[in-house]
Order: sequence, then C-alpha cells, then structure tokens
Amino acid sequence: MDSEKQEFTITAYTENHVGLLHRLTIIFTRRKVNIESLTTSESEIEGIHRFTIAVTETEDHVRKIVKQIEKQVEVLKADCYKKKEVVQQELALYKIPTETLTNGLEVERIVREHNARFLTIERNFVVIEKSGYRRETKALFDELKPYGIREFVRSGRIAVSRHEHGPGKDAPTEDLN
Amino acid sequence: METVVAPKKKTSGTRPVSRRMTGAQAVVEILLEEGIEMLFGYPGGAIMPVYDELYHAKGQLHHVLTRHEQGAIHAAQGYARVSGKVGVCIATSGPGATNLITGIADAQIDSTPLVCITGQVASPLLGSDAFQETDVIGISMPVTKWNYQVTRAEEIPSALAKAFYIAKSGRPGPVVIDITKDAQFAEFEYNYHPYERIRSYTPVPQTDPSSLDKAAELINNAKRPYLLFGQGVILAQAEEELKTFVEKTGIPAAWTILGLSAMDTDHPLNVGMLGMHGNYGPNLLTNECDVLIAVGMRFDDRVTGNLNSYAKQAKVIHLEIDPAEIDKNVKADVAVLGDAKTSLQELIKRVKPASHEQWLARFRECDKLENEKVIQEELHPSSDTISMGEVIRLINEKTGGDAVIVTDVGQHQMVACRYAKFVQSKSNITSGGLGTMGFGLPAGLGAALGAPDRTVIAVVGDGGLQMTIQELATVYQTGAKLKVLLLNNEFLGMVRQWQQLFFDRRYSYTEMINPDFQLLAQGFRIPTGLVEHRDELEKAVEEFISTDGAYFLEVRVGKENNVFPMVPSGSGVSEIRLE
Repeated sequence: MDSEKQEFTITAYTENHVGLLHRLTIIFTRRKVNIESLTTSESEIEGIHRFTIAVTETEDHVRKIVKQIEKQVEVLKADCYKKKEVVQQELALYKIPTETLTNGLEVERIVREHNARFLTIERNFVVIEKSGYRRETKALFDELKPYGIREFVRSGRIAVSRHEHGPGKDAPTEDLN
Repeated sequence: METVVAPKKKTSGTRPVSRRMTGAQAVVEILLEEGIEMLFGYPGGAIMPVYDELYHAKGQLHHVLTRHEQGAIHAAQGYARVSGKVGVCIATSGPGATNLITGIADAQIDSTPLVCITGQVASPLLGSDAFQETDVIGISMPVTKWNYQVTRAEEIPSALAKAFYIAKSGRPGPVVIDITKDAQFAEFEYNYHPYERIRSYTPVPQTDPSSLDKAAELINNAKRPYLLFGQGVILAQAEEELKTFVEKTGIPAAWTILGLSAMDTDHPLNVGMLGMHGNYGPNLLTNECDVLIAVGMRFDDRVTGNLNSYAKQAKVIHLEIDPAEIDKNVKADVAVLGDAKTSLQELIKRVKPASHEQWLARFRECDKLENEKVIQEELHPSSDTISMGEVIRLINEKTGGDAVIVTDVGQHQMVACRYAKFVQSKSNITSGGLGTMGFGLPAGLGAALGAPDRTVIAVVGDGGLQMTIQELATVYQTGAKLKVLLLNNEFLGMVRQWQQLFFDRRYSYTEMINPDFQLLAQGFRIPTGLVEHRDELEKAVEEFISTDGAYFLEVRVGKENNVFPMVPSGSGVSEIRLE
C-alpha cells in the first residue's frame, strides 16, 4: 500500500524570503522526485506565505519529504494530503482564433457546457478561462483542439484541506522577530 | 582598491548601544560579542575589508591562516568538535567559497556548528559573471542548515545573530553568510542583539510525556534491552545522564563512531562499536535484542547494513532531537522527541533498576570470539609487519586514553575508532557521514588549537594526508602542538581491501608511489620520526607522545592488512564476517 505511487498535495506555511523556493525544491530534486506543480501565495495568516506542491509519489516517500520541508528554518509547518483530503482546483486559459466564433455556434456551446467563460474577445483571438480538476480542463482542451488552440496554459494545483480548520492553525505565528 | 578608514583600537568595557561603523567592522565586532576567540580562513579580494578589520582586532581575535580554504573549514570543524563551540571560517568569493563546500557538507551531515563568512562581489555586479563571482548561496544551499546573502551593511547584525543562533541551537549545523563587498565598506548605525528565537524554527521539539511512559514501560519489561548512542549525546552534553541511565538499568550500550568517547570505552556496560567495521557482538546482537534504544543517532546505513534484516525482532525506541530522523531509516515503535539530556533525565526517573547478566554474557561470548579471531592478532601481531592496531594500542598505553584522536578516512580510521581508548568526551573527531579524505590533518590542527592543554593526535593514512598535506605549514606557523601519526601502507587501503574481497584482487589505481614523507615534514619544519621495524616502535611512540610540540611520526604498516570484522555492503548486521 505504501509502495504505490499516488497523488499528494503538500502544503508548507513559510516566511516569504529570498531563496526559500530553491531550498524547498532541492529537497525533491535530491531524491529525484518530480514536482508536478508548485504555487506560492499568501496564506490566511498575515505575513505568512504558503506553498502548494503537487507530486505523485509513494506515501512513505512523501512523508519523509514533508519532514525535510518542515525542518527548514524558514518553514513554520508542512503537511501532506491524499486526493480525497483536499478540495483542489486548477485554472486553465485557452487562446483560440476569433473566427471560430464567427463560423458557427459550436465553440460557444462547448464553452457553456464546460462551465467555462470568455475572458476576453479580441479582433484576432479569444481567451477562454476554465477552472476545475485536471480532467475537466483537459476535456475542454480536447474539445477545443479541432478549432486550433493558439496557446494554452494551466496553473499549478491549488488546494485547501477538507478539515474544518486549515493546517496553518498550528503554525506558530506570533511575531517576535 | 577602495580605502577603508582605519578604525580606532577596540576598547574593552561598556560599548555604546549604537555606533556608526562599516559593515566589515561590524562583522568583527559581532564575532567578539559572540565570544569568538579564534577563526580560520584565507583572504582574497572580496573579503579584504573584513581582513583589514581583523588586522586591527589582532589582540582579541586570533585568525589562523590555513594554506587552503578546505584546510580552514576542516580546522574550524575540529575546533568546534573538540570545544563544543561554534567554529568560524572565513573566505573570499568564488574559488575561496567553493573550496569550503566539502567541509560544509561534512559539517552538515555530522551536525557540526559552523558559521562560514564568505566575501561576495559588490552587489551591483551580482549576476554579471564578475571576477571571482560564484553563486555561493545556490551552491551551499543543499549542504547548509541555513544561508543568507547580505547586500546592505544594515543586514549584517541580524544576519550574523541569526547565523550563530541557528548554527548552535537544536541539531547544530553549518550556516553560510555571504557578504557583498559594498556591504562590507558601507557605514551604518551598528546595533547588535543576539537571537533567542525565530518564529519559524523549533530547535528542540516538545517531548510528549506519554512517549516517555511508553518507552519506560518497554524498557522495564525488556529481557534483552540494548542501547545505541550517537553524537546526540555529546551535542546535548548528556554524557552523565547516559552513564546514569545504563548503570541504573544495566543495559549494554554500543556507540556509533560519532558517539565514540561519550562514554568511557572501558566502562563495563560499554560493549563497543557499531557498524560495518564495528565489534562483533554489537552488530550480531542487534538482531537478538528485544528492545532497541537509540539515543541521538540516525541509523546511518554504515551502522545498520541492510535494513530489511535489521533488528526486525526488536521494539525500537528512538530518542531524537530532529523529527525528520524519526522513521527515516528504521521505524520507531516509540519516538521520544527532544534533546538527549532532558529525555534521558526523564527516562531515568521512570525506569526501574535492573541488571541483565545473562544478556551481557552474550556480548562477552562474542567479545571472546572476536578477540581470538581478530583483536589479538591486530594488537599483538605474530607476523613481522607492523599492524595499525598495535600502534593505537601503544598510544593508549602512553596516553591512558586521555588524548584527542582525530582521524582521516579509511582503514586507519576504522582501526583507530575500534581500538583507541577514551576517558573524556569530545575526544574522537572523525569525518563520519561524509567520509571526507583530507579531513584528518586540518581537523587535527583545529582541535589542537581548540584544546591546547590536551594531547591531540591526528591519525592519518598516506592517501588522505596528501589531500591536505599543505596544512603542515599552518601547524608550524601557529605552533599548534599537533601530533601527526601517519600509518603508511602505500595503498588507498580501504579501497584496496574492497578490491581484494569483492573485485577479485584487481587493485585498480590504489597503490601509491609516495614521496619521502620524512623530508616533506622536515621541509615544513616539523620534527619527524620513522618506524619501519617493530623494535623501534615503542620508543618512537613514547617520543611522539612526550614531545612538547608538533611532531610527525610515520609508521610503515603492513601493505595488505585488512580491517575486520566487516559487514559486507548490502548484508545484514548478523552476517558480520570475522575473517
């Protein structure tokens, strides 16, 4: 069971300091673990940053990595979650030619059915925005593909835990520095 | 070069709260405030402003000019390990800084508190491939506990205060502070406050009392309990507590090479050395104990051998300061987080007095076997060739075990660790985790300077010695009373041993046609001795130990002697071979 690779979301509450990203990513590279996505943002606690890192690895490996992350001087707290323990989303942007809209109603239907929306409509291109699970943004990609996707980008995974309180509740944050 | 205004001679006594000074002055001021008496380094362009301040601080702060930055950092390590203080090391940018990296990695894996200060090109030049610019922060990040680049003089006090606090607190480790040259020159209002805590950092985790209760229950009900101790005991200054604990419980205790000297080697409950070349009983009986108590050690692969057959029958109690070590290599049934001193103090209250005579007798039986098969011949060889072990035996006889033994890496290291006697803690200094050849001589230099009243012996092989032999010049210049014992077998002995045992005697590039070490050492102005025959050995060791000052003794030992016992790589501890 522990030796099966599965999807994990690692969160780390940290100081917002230069170089910390490198310090955390080398924990993965040293063990030859691929980071599938990584996002950093502010957290619910003022002045505290949050890393959200997506990996597919064995549980044993991930737990050891989380301890190494938490060991870093500038990390307040680190945790890991299985797929079912988080609510997660990704954001995708699709750029397609404007003429695909003028040549029929198909694209509009697809966008509606996928609960996506037009972010902007320019003379030569339109940008469609879709948030959701990987499979949902992928499904929209597949449907839009025949119309010619000029550019596509998907954000890293962001996720919040399914616990009542966030993992940051245990982070010691009183400012003594 | 830009000029710095020569500062006034530092006056002792009360210092004003805030004073205007340069970044370079601040660096020296902080070293003094932190109680640093000695640092090791090598000057160069990007660190010159700090060196100029060191010139002015000569009376208060002793700088040791090594002959290579690697020498400086290993010396700082030796100094830190023998004294328990933070070792300080200083170098210039670029090659100066990169030459420190091996020692930083060594200090990281062996948890040695170091603060390394490196010069950096001026901040406007960062990223421009300027002369002697290198990304020291990037390069050192994987091997430091923390590092930081200072680009403004104002940051120096807080960066260095944090550096000292982080280096020495919790599980110690190396810290690098990279200071751009313009920050060294710039003037600012100086104000220094040592750190007492950092909100994102928990140096010593809280101990859960229930884990102590569980541990005590396991120990009190154990039939064959067995304790392993590592450097955590020394770092926490828990030597007395360890002794009290094993004496109260009657539990046999074995050491990792980093834990060696935390407990008298002749203590009746000290059963010996763990690991690949450790003692027979301590390895074999790991797989017979029912409760295994690990104190301040990290189950290194050289200690455990194959984990799939390591102590599977035992309940494991792990006393550890670093939560990341729990379950890393060996799963703990009970993890007691905290520093070894407090955890042992609490455990001592909870455990019942006991004795385990039958169980101890198992260790004695194993000792007897190891004695017959290995130790007797190593310490009192029947052949004409001198063994490494008999040299160490003579050193024990002459010093009574009250010497600091610093070793390099290889066969001589294993022999010294196996046979050297110790009656005082912090007396065995070796490169354990990283296995850094070239460590011995400079670390010995640092140890000799850090413990000037003790006999300090650097035991080195002919391979490792030649990696940092230039530091004999530093030994001479500093007047360090370092005794260098070269056990010369004209081979990279440990590699040769593996080639013999596992590569069908194909001695691929391990034989050394060596220089005349006598002439070399004499060239460095150090008195020397040479022993080629057994009948000269005792007298030479006598002179080696009794000489008041540096001395270089070379002993020609058996070219193809092997270190036994041995747990072959990939084997379990119970597959330990006596021959």
